[in-house]
Amino acid sequence: MTPILDIENLSVSLPKGADRPFAIQDITFSVNAGEIVCVVGESGSGKSVTSFTVMGLHDKRALTPVAGEIRLEGKNILGASAAEIRRLRGEKMAMIFQEPMTALNPVAPVGQQIGEMLEIHTNFGAAKRKAKVLQAMRDVHLPDPEKMYHSFPHQLSGGQRQRIVIAMSLVLEPVLLIADEPTTALDVTTQAQILALIKELQTRRGMGVLFITHDFGVVADIADRVVVMQNGQIVEQGPVAQVLGNPTHPYTKMLINAVPSMTPPSRAPVAGPVALSAANLNKQYGSLGLLGGGRVVNAANDVNFQVRRGETLGIVGESGSGKSTVARCVMRLIDPTSGEVLIGDTNIATIAESQLRQHRRDIQIVFQDPYRSLNPRRTVGQSITEGPVNFGVSPAEALERARRLMSIVGLAPEALDRFPHQFSGGQRQRICIARALAMEPMVLIADEAVSALDVSVQAQVLDLLEDVKEKFDLAMLFITHDLRVAAQICDRIMVMQKGIVVESGPTAQVFANPQHPYTRALLSAAPGHSTFDSKGGASAGQAAPL
Amino acid sequence: MLFYIFKRILMTIPVMVIVALFVFLMLRLSPGDPAAVIAGDYATAEDVQRIREQLGLSEPIVVQFTRWLGQLAQGDLGTSIFSNKPVSQLIAQRIEPTMFLALTTIIFSVLVAVPLGTIAAYRAGSWIDRVVMLFSVGGFSVPVFVLGYVLIYVLSLKLRWLPVQGYKSPFTEGIGPFFAHITLPTLTLSVIFIALIARMTRASVIEVLEEDYVRTARAKGQSELKVLMRHALRNAAVPIITVIGIGIALLIGGVVVTESVYNIPGLGRLVLDAVLARDYPIIQGLILFFSFIYIVLNLLIDLSYSLLDPRIRY
Repeated sequence: MTPILDIENLSVSLPKGADRPFAIQDITFSVNAGEIVCVVGESGSGKSVTSFTVMGLHDKRALTPVAGEIRLEGKNILGASAAEIRRLRGEKMAMIFQEPMTALNPVAPVGQQIGEMLEIHTNFGAAKRKAKVLQAMRDVHLPDPEKMYHSFPHQLSGGQRQRIVIAMSLVLEPVLLIADEPTTALDVTTQAQILALIKELQTRRGMGVLFITHDFGVVADIADRVVVMQNGQIVEQGPVAQVLGNPTHPYTKMLINAVPSMTPPSRAPVAGPVALSAANLNKQYGSLGLLGGGRVVNAANDVNFQVRRGETLGIVGESGSGKSTVARCVMRLIDPTSGEVLIGDTNIATIAESQLRQHRRDIQIVFQDPYRSLNPRRTVGQSITEGPVNFGVSPAEALERARRLMSIVGLAPEALDRFPHQFSGGQRQRICIARALAMEPMVLIADEAVSALDVSVQAQVLDLLEDVKEKFDLAMLFITHDLRVAAQICDRIMVMQKGIVVESGPTAQVFANPQHPYTRALLSAAPGHSTFDSKGGASAGQAAPL
Repeated sequence: MLFYIFKRILMTIPVMVIVALFVFLMLRLSPGDPAAVIAGDYATAEDVQRIREQLGLSEPIVVQFTRWLGQLAQGDLGTSIFSNKPVSQLIAQRIEPTMFLALTTIIFSVLVAVPLGTIAAYRAGSWIDRVVMLFSVGGFSVPVFVLGYVLIYVLSLKLRWLPVQGYKSPFTEGIGPFFAHITLPTLTLSVIFIALIARMTRASVIEVLEEDYVRTARAKGQSELKVLMRHALRNAAVPIITVIGIGIALLIGGVVVTESVYNIPGLGRLVLDAVLARDYPIIQGLILFFSFIYIVLNLLIDLSYSLLDPRIRY
């Protein structure tokens, strides 16, 4: 049987001056009908270039396919004309993207955007188009398609938008679906639903799916076969059981090993003094308005917790759970509606801005996106020393401190003169940590601080956070949506849903014996749960350490 | 939405009153006796007294202002000192040429500039882009009167394609003469707006073309033309509309010069004549009238945002 997609010896060159000559080099793999092939790798592995080149959507100024063939149902499409490729897109091959928030045109109703596919490729009349669209929306289990047809993207949730994108890509029943990290931007429970949906539609229609991901948990849940890429080359491929269960290439082993286990290591309770506590913390958004027409959202509802020095408290939840609201209230980046936030023994929830300033140094934060949290126009050294100098440290002393911190976070002190764009994502996050530590805080908040990082880098940054927490006796508030990460680093965790703390306790206890149904739902939705954890982390355990 | 429109219209009232206050004070705050200023250097004492009476200057300033506001509310913009005609009537007589010139200029500018800007954005970095940008810089730099005389010299005097000056009403003198006469002024006045709008269109479309949904549209197999028209341009519209609005506001300044160059009897000429003659009531009336148009334009632009982008709701 001819494979749906057959990539043979494909090489795509990068422009001169790039860090390597080829984005992808001499790759060969195929996708058969009724099969899900996962291409897995870290950033820069070439996995996305592969998928975009198949669709003909690669950046044609920078990337040039220089060798090999891409055959769709046996026919080489690499040399096809622009018109021919356009016809194939949608009809034969379709693509879904990582960011459902931005993949849809914000000014067009979603039904119309699905219908556009039919408008381009068929000569159906308006009524038939609409019927088809509604059917496609039902197929992806969207509620009330008749009504949602007229909705605009911003009126829908992330999961709903991704369903719209899926409905759009599948309305013409293509033989090949390319999914580029389609669940990475989604909450874990939504992710589980979208993965199930893709699997369901794939089985029902017998199409081939090329699934791009960085997440071995997702691979374990969905793949039939796995292709592992590193630096533009395929290092290993084979059936999922073989690759996950018995990886042969060191890089594959390293990736699988780096997947944090859902089984928390045992941790002794921390006995240090309480550094940060919140009591009856509330944050409401919106107000009822004069006519009572407003809407009030309780972003944080009666939140109570304590963090001791040397302890890490995890706040776990999905988007909209209120975890970031709590972090911002604790930082006084936003004002809590009511309640207390004690740093040491000062209640900073209510004190005036002028008095607050002295306490700002005690509590520092590391943000999610290391690409955007450093000022691109200032050197790393300037960014790190700015805070201490503001609080009266002499520039020379601040610089000395910055040099010391750079070595602590594993970077060369000489790099202080460089700009953020000269560093990788992991390095930038180290810089952000150094910047926070330069203030000599008592409390460090890590707000999804490792979520944007590749899994191997993630493990290193987690180690670093653990390390500096010990070294500086910090109280750490670790905010994450990722249960695997929380399991690894938190002494205690607190699970939030819709502004309410539904469960809290020592990490090992919450993972072993979750009390609240929502906690249980989160745990079972974690991708790869059955593969990596119930088999006792067997696959990860068997892999030889590097 | 209707409530919002109503609220916005109500909100323009205080703005209008403040504008009126400034216009009112402008005359009263000018040094010396306004009546004497109006009357000019060679006026007799009787002349000054007559003007003072006419303007009601002997009464307390608050009384003067409220009475003037009351007149304004009834559409009475005062009376010209020299022609002794009501200002509102003078404006009404002169509005047609200006309105048509503004209309042809804006329509022509948008029709030329938006496609130019879009093509430049689509082919950013190419020679087309560079030509458009070069034209854009040029369009900003050439003064309206220089351009006007150059165009007259080339198109009217040398090539004899178009009449040199004047205005023909489409209602009384026919469409043909109307277009023949309005073409040159329109071209003259359009250049700067084409430059402005093309630039903004280019910047806005370049930004939108980077968006994920444009990639999605291409992934659907949509043709490049429709990707541009349906997905890119619509999303790029808000800044473009804003700059078109600013353009119309700026246009009024350009109209004064252009109407002088081409000898068009419009509001621009009325402004010029009134300033030269120190006919303060006309100046006052015109400032108020132009402010009113600005305010209405701003309102229309604001309201258009929510039509263009469903995420903008009031």
